[in-house]
Amino acid sequence: MRVQLIAQEVWNGLRRNLSVVVSVVLVTFISLSFVGAAILLQMQITQMKGFWYDRAQVGIYFCGPVDATATCSQTAATAEQVDAVRAVLESVAIAPYVADVEFEDRELAYQHFMEQFGGTSSAEFASPETMNEALWVRPTAPQDADLIREATSALPGVLEVRDQRALLEPIFQVLSTASLVAIGIAVLMLVAAVLLISTTIRLSAFSRKRELGIMRLVGASNRFIQTPFIIEGIVAALVGAVLAAGAVVATVHFLLQGYVAPMLQTIAIVGLDDALVVAPVLLGIGVLFAGVAAAVAIRRYLRI
Amino acid sequence: MIRFDEVSKTYSRKARPALDGVSLEILKGEFVFLVGASGSGKSTLIRMVLREETPSSGEVHVLGQRLKALPNRRVPFFRRNLGVVFQDFRLLGNKTVYENVAFTLQVIGKSRAFISEAVPDVLKIVGLAGKASRLPHELSGGEQQRVAIARAVVNRPPILLADEPTGNLDPSTSAGIMALLARINEGGTTVVMATHEASIVDEMQKRVVELDAGRIMRDEAHGSYRRHLGDDDELAPRALEEETA
Repeated sequence: MRVQLIAQEVWNGLRRNLSVVVSVVLVTFISLSFVGAAILLQMQITQMKGFWYDRAQVGIYFCGPVDATATCSQTAATAEQVDAVRAVLESVAIAPYVADVEFEDRELAYQHFMEQFGGTSSAEFASPETMNEALWVRPTAPQDADLIREATSALPGVLEVRDQRALLEPIFQVLSTASLVAIGIAVLMLVAAVLLISTTIRLSAFSRKRELGIMRLVGASNRFIQTPFIIEGIVAALVGAVLAAGAVVATVHFLLQGYVAPMLQTIAIVGLDDALVVAPVLLGIGVLFAGVAAAVAIRRYLRI
Repeated sequence: MIRFDEVSKTYSRKARPALDGVSLEILKGEFVFLVGASGSGKSTLIRMVLREETPSSGEVHVLGQRLKALPNRRVPFFRRNLGVVFQDFRLLGNKTVYENVAFTLQVIGKSRAFISEAVPDVLKIVGLAGKASRLPHELSGGEQQRVAIARAVVNRPPILLADEPTGNLDPSTSAGIMALLARINEGGTTVVMATHEASIVDEMQKRVVELDAGRIMRDEAHGSYRRHLGDDDELAPRALEEETA
C-alpha cells in the first residue's frame, strides 16, 4: 500500500514539474559526462605512462671529437672509457636496476638518425662522424633511470645522460591539465546540478503544500513525507547519470576505439573495460548527490 | 486527557502574550467549547495540544505525554491520537471522498484490508455512505465538513479537536455538524471545539471555557456563550484570527 502510494507521489511530482525535471536531467547529464571524461583522462594518463615508461630508455652519450664540455675535451671517448661506464652499470650497486644495455656505435646512430630525419635539412649535414656513440640502458623500473643517470653522468668521456621519460613529460602535462580542467568544469556543473535539484524539490514540495500539511496533521512520519521527494530527485538525477554513462561508453567505443585507436596504433587508448568501470561510478555520484540535495531541501517542510 | 499548567506563550513580534498563565484540565469523554474573541488565544491553545506550538513557559500534558519532552521525530506518532477539523475543511481537491479519508490511513501505514473496512464504516457514521466517489467540489459545505470529520475520526482517536468547524456553514447545516460531533462525543471521544457561535454553545449546554487576551475568564460545566443573558458584548468578528497569521 505504502510502496504504491509513494510511487504514485513520485510520479505525480515528476509529472507536475516536468520542465524543471528535464533541466535537472540535462544538467546532471552534462556534469557527470565531465566527471566521466576527467576519470577517463586520468586512466589514459596512467595507461600511457605504463606503456611508454616501460619502453623509455636512458641514453648515455659519449664525447665526440668536436664536443667541449666539463667532461669532454674535443676528443672522442676511448673504448676504455666506454668499458668503464659499462663496468659501472654492471657493478653490484647498479646492476639490480639495469635490465638491459645496448651499445650504439656511430654507424648505427647514423642509421637511426637517417630513419627519423632522412630528407630533412638537418640530414644534409649529418654523417657517421658527427654522431655520438651511446649506451642505451633499459632500467628495471622507470624510476631507476635517475639512479643510472647519477651513477654515470660524471664519468670521463660521457657527454650527456638523457632520460627519455623527460621527453614524454610535456605530453602528460597536457593530458593532466585537460583532466584538471574537466574536473573543474565537472565540479561547477555538479554544484549547479545540486542547487537545481534542491530547487526542484522545494518547488515540488511547495506545489504539494496542502497535502504535506494534511499529512503532518494526520501524523505521517517524517520519513514517509520525505521519501517521495528524495526518490523524485534521485530518479531525475539517475536518468541524467544513465545518459552520461551511456555517453561515456559510446564515446570510448565509437570515437576512441573505433576511430582514434586505429590511427594511433603506437599509443594505448582507454578501452571499453575502462568505460564500464567509469559508468557505475557516475551512477553512484548522481544518486548520492541527488539524494543528499533532496533530503536537505525537504527538511524545511518537515519542521514540526 | 489534556492538562495545561500555567501555560504562557509569547511571540517575539508581539508585546501581548497569546496565552497568559492558562491552567486547564479536560477529562476523558468531555465536550468542551472554547469561546472568546479573535486573538483571545483559542487557536493557540488548540495548536499547543497538537504540538504545533510549544509554550514559552508552563507545561502541556496530552494523553499522559509531557509535550515539552516529546522529541520532534515522535510528534507524528503522537498526532495519530488526535483528530483535527478546521473551518476550511482542508480536503484534497483531486481526491474523492473515499480517497480523502483513506489517505489518512494510508500515510500512517494501515493495511489495505483495514482501510477498505474502516472508510465505508466512518462514511456511514457521518452520513456520506452514498457519496464516497464524489470529489470535494461536488459537495456542499456541510458535506465537505462531514468528510473532514470522517477523516479526523476514522483512526478512532481519543481526542477530537475542532477549530471553528461551523464557521463557514449556515445555521441548519451547523446543527447537523453539531449533532454529529455530539454523537462522536457520546462514543467516548473527548471533543474540544473553538467557536464564535453563541447559538450552538447555548443549545449544547456543555462545558464552556472563555478566553480573553490569553487568560481564562470563565470555566463553567454547563455554560452558555455569554456570561449573563442579555449581556451586550459584541459578538467577535469571525474572520481574520490574527494569531494564526
